[in-house]
Amino acid sequence: MNQALLLLIPFATPFIAAIAASFLPTKARNAAATLASAASLIGVIALLCLYPVIASGQVARFAVEWLPTLDIAFRLRLDGFAWLFALIVQAIGALVVLYARYYMSPEDPVPRFFSFLMAFMGAMTGVVMSGDMIQLVLFWELTSFFSFLLIGYWNHSESAQNGARMALTVTALGGLCLLAGVVVLGRIVGSFDMDVVLASADLVKNSPLYLPALCLILMGALTKSAQFPFHFWLPRAMAAPTPVSAYLHSATMVKAGVFLLVRFWPVLAGTPEWGYIVGGAGMFTLLFGAWTAVFQNDLKGLLAYSTISHLGLITLLLGMGTPLALVAAIFHIVNHATFKASLFMAAGVIDHETGTRDLRKLSGLRKTMPYTAALAIVAAAAMAGVPLLNGFLSKEMFLAEALQAPEGRDFSLMVPILATVASALSVLYSVRFIHQVFFGPPATDLPKSPHEPPRWMRFPIELLVLICVVVGTIPALTIAPVLGFAVKSVLGDATPYYSLSIWHGFNLPLLMSFIALIGGTTAYVLFGKRINRADKAWIVGRFSGARAFERAMRWLNISAEWMVLQLGSKKQQWRIRVLVIAAILAGLVAAGFGGLGMKEAGITIQRPGIGFTLIWIVASVCALAAAWQAKYHRLAAVILMAGCGVVSALTFVWFSAPDLAVTQILVEIVTGVLLLLGLRWLPKRSVAMAPSKTDFASRRRRAMDIAIATLAGLGMAVMAFAVMTRPGGSHLSSFLLEESYPRGGGRNVVNVLLVDFRAFDTLGEITVLGIVALTIWALLRRFRPAEESRGITEQRRVQDRHDKQHEQRQSGDTLRETMLIPSVVMKWTFPFIILLALHLFLRGHDLPGGGFAAGVAMSVAFILQYMAEGARWVEERLRIRPLYWIGGGLLITTLTGMASWLFNYPFLTTYFQYGSLPWVEKVPLATAVIFDLGVALLVVGATVLMLTAIAHQSLRTAREIEPVKAPEEGV
Amino acid sequence: MEIILAIGIGILTASGVWLLLRPRTFQVIIGLGLLGYAVNLFIFAMGRLKAGAPPLVHPGKVDTSAYADPVPQALVLTAIVISFALTALYLVVLLTARGITGTDHVDGHEAE
Repeated sequence: MNQALLLLIPFATPFIAAIAASFLPTKARNAAATLASAASLIGVIALLCLYPVIASGQVARFAVEWLPTLDIAFRLRLDGFAWLFALIVQAIGALVVLYARYYMSPEDPVPRFFSFLMAFMGAMTGVVMSGDMIQLVLFWELTSFFSFLLIGYWNHSESAQNGARMALTVTALGGLCLLAGVVVLGRIVGSFDMDVVLASADLVKNSPLYLPALCLILMGALTKSAQFPFHFWLPRAMAAPTPVSAYLHSATMVKAGVFLLVRFWPVLAGTPEWGYIVGGAGMFTLLFGAWTAVFQNDLKGLLAYSTISHLGLITLLLGMGTPLALVAAIFHIVNHATFKASLFMAAGVIDHETGTRDLRKLSGLRKTMPYTAALAIVAAAAMAGVPLLNGFLSKEMFLAEALQAPEGRDFSLMVPILATVASALSVLYSVRFIHQVFFGPPATDLPKSPHEPPRWMRFPIELLVLICVVVGTIPALTIAPVLGFAVKSVLGDATPYYSLSIWHGFNLPLLMSFIALIGGTTAYVLFGKRINRADKAWIVGRFSGARAFERAMRWLNISAEWMVLQLGSKKQQWRIRVLVIAAILAGLVAAGFGGLGMKEAGITIQRPGIGFTLIWIVASVCALAAAWQAKYHRLAAVILMAGCGVVSALTFVWFSAPDLAVTQILVEIVTGVLLLLGLRWLPKRSVAMAPSKTDFASRRRRAMDIAIATLAGLGMAVMAFAVMTRPGGSHLSSFLLEESYPRGGGRNVVNVLLVDFRAFDTLGEITVLGIVALTIWALLRRFRPAEESRGITEQRRVQDRHDKQHEQRQSGDTLRETMLIPSVVMKWTFPFIILLALHLFLRGHDLPGGGFAAGVAMSVAFILQYMAEGARWVEERLRIRPLYWIGGGLLITTLTGMASWLFNYPFLTTYFQYGSLPWVEKVPLATAVIFDLGVALLVVGATVLMLTAIAHQSLRTAREIEPVKAPEEGV
Repeated sequence: MEIILAIGIGILTASGVWLLLRPRTFQVIIGLGLLGYAVNLFIFAMGRLKAGAPPLVHPGKVDTSAYADPVPQALVLTAIVISFALTALYLVVLLTARGITGTDHVDGHEAE
């Protein structure tokens, strides 16, 4: 199999499995677990197939262009270290999946759990295998996101909600810092490609931007790896189901931080800044975590703080900056992943089988759960650093490195002492864990009677503990080669000599180990009872990062509310006022700085014609009258507004825009119909309702609004005049005029622009149109009209009364008589308007017309029928399905665009040819015409849907009033 | 010509803005309509005013100065259709709000 495919498999399979699992039914626990374990096993196999490549020291790569202009690509890059990490992610993932199958309750929506878990695995693999820094940050944030979903999986529990939110806030914030950091780093190096970055160590370290980049990247790494002072989210994240804790919070996600430190180690490490920040954070976290872990009474809490402490240990090693410390760090990452994952699983088993995780309640479980006890004891011993187990080896290396702390630093003696103290604390909490849970008299007050877990639930723990033992006893035969190429891929030629043997003779590190073992055990014997009685950790227990975080969040909320209260307004009118004033000010500022440039430009003015002046006098009167009358005389306002519309259409004709004029007139018709339909449902506002005397405040408001409106109008007028009077013509319009016929095959440049040059834009616009139509339709399905406008309209009541007074007349006669001639006319215009629409459409490419105009014209034809005879009459005879028109239009336009892919052209490339049809003469046969057809269909559908949706309200309310015999109501 | 159109655009804008600032929903819809005309004409005017020169080219060599600018025209054409959709959406929201709140004030309740 080729290398690229092998690289893609471990990355893509989890995502595919995640999507597949999300489609499984809620109860499909086994199917989801099978899918997930298959996916992770496939990943493991693919990685193992890549072993020969990696072992030979090569780097497997795969790249696809993503944003070439920014030099960002999708790059997969797998070197020895990434391979080791990816294997941990996939292999422990497989074990966790098996474990979770038994852990999760059948009542929970388990497929969702596995879907999230797989998505997380994919994201984590993405982080590890990223060959591009931006891509790395992307997957980094994805791990935070899926971790949020997994912690909050039991979304009814409040602690899960809070824990998830806290974890997301802290780690995602760190992720944003990391993004900023890699952008700075990318700027220093000039590339986001990991290979280039890793090869530019000197360039980076000598750059003045080194410190900002370092701090930002460390913010990301330290938050993710729960280093002090960002450690507090990890214990809260223990509200997650235990498989999640075993996977994310011991083996993988929290390791992403130290992974990042190792990844950038060659570029960033080795400076004093690195040493102080990373080493300091690591040392403090190591001690703080271990100390706090000692006092935890919750099993998972103890493991969480122990994880924090061990991550601190790894961070401290990385902070030392020596190659040997790096070797120890990588080794400890692997070891910690194995023993801590197995311990979390064991804790989950205990919780599952006894119903509690409280160390003070648990006791004597070795009698009822002997296998689990044995496994947990071995794993805890590895955690404590007992010889012949893997934890011992890396801890020994750590102590040796602590002794080697570089000279010249003031605290060179402090480091080995503190390291020994931390090791002793680690022994103390391990012993406490084992002794409390498994030894002593069997507990009697447990919620469930304890027994061994199912066979296959124990299997993952057995396998991990076996690894602990095998690596601990024969390291040279097992871990050595893998560790070898992992280290070499980071350090290259600087790889130091190191020995993985168990026995190095009697030396100082061994002595420190024994002091720690004995000291820790002795401390437990002396203080064990008092520790059990303590509510919180001695000395440091009073300081809580989580509480500080919550206080900060509350403060943030309060100040945000305060800002809204101070700056916002609940009054719509004030908001609009502020917007308009801001726009005016922006215009004034621009004009003030740049000037209007009236003098520089050669002004050309055309003399005003009388006709043009007259129509604009009409329009101005119409506009002012509409503004004056819109409150009490709505019908008049609608008509006056239409007057302005007609004048603007005439202006378009006057100044050579026939397409615009046609569209404007047609749209004017449908807008008029629309507003008239709407008026039926808007109760009258009569002048009598107005207060007789306006008070001073409202007079002042009006004066202010008049001032604002005048200023706005003046500004627009001046700007329009300033632009219109200077010479025009741009390269763009010249290009379009010249190329319209040769490249677009059409003489009507505006139409060619719409359906060819700017077709993508048009596609977006008609999509908006379709969405708006659907929104209107949806809004009106549950429409409740105003109380006052329910029932029959006043006009109708007058007509009915008149009909009733005369014996020979039937109800509805007056309406029929009034509408007789208009309705005949309207009915007979139907075929002609359709013919007009067809005409507009066909000539659109060469002469004024086109899809938009044709669509609106067609919808006018339909709506006229509704007006003539009412909705029911029309729909008995003609089934218009606007939804199909909208869908069909979108489909046609999109497919036309995609068809060009078949010929290897970009989306929406047009093809044209002139052909001649009999009797119609020469017609353009461009694919753009098909696109235009889609536009026309959609416009018809959308317009008809909007208008008929409102028109149908009359039918509906009529039904509600007279359920038996509903008279037909003209629209 | 330019001065007339500029004044016209100004008056349309002023009327529209005045109505936008009114408290009744129907006033706002008329205001949006008027402001829409003003803005469309303004964009159209950015292509300068040229009478008797519609951008309908003839095959062959094109004298670009003999035609009106097609770019603002294409922009305005879609804007006209979209502004219709906007008016329709606003109208339906207005009617629904009137039904739910029992008032046609833009805040959903009468001012105190």
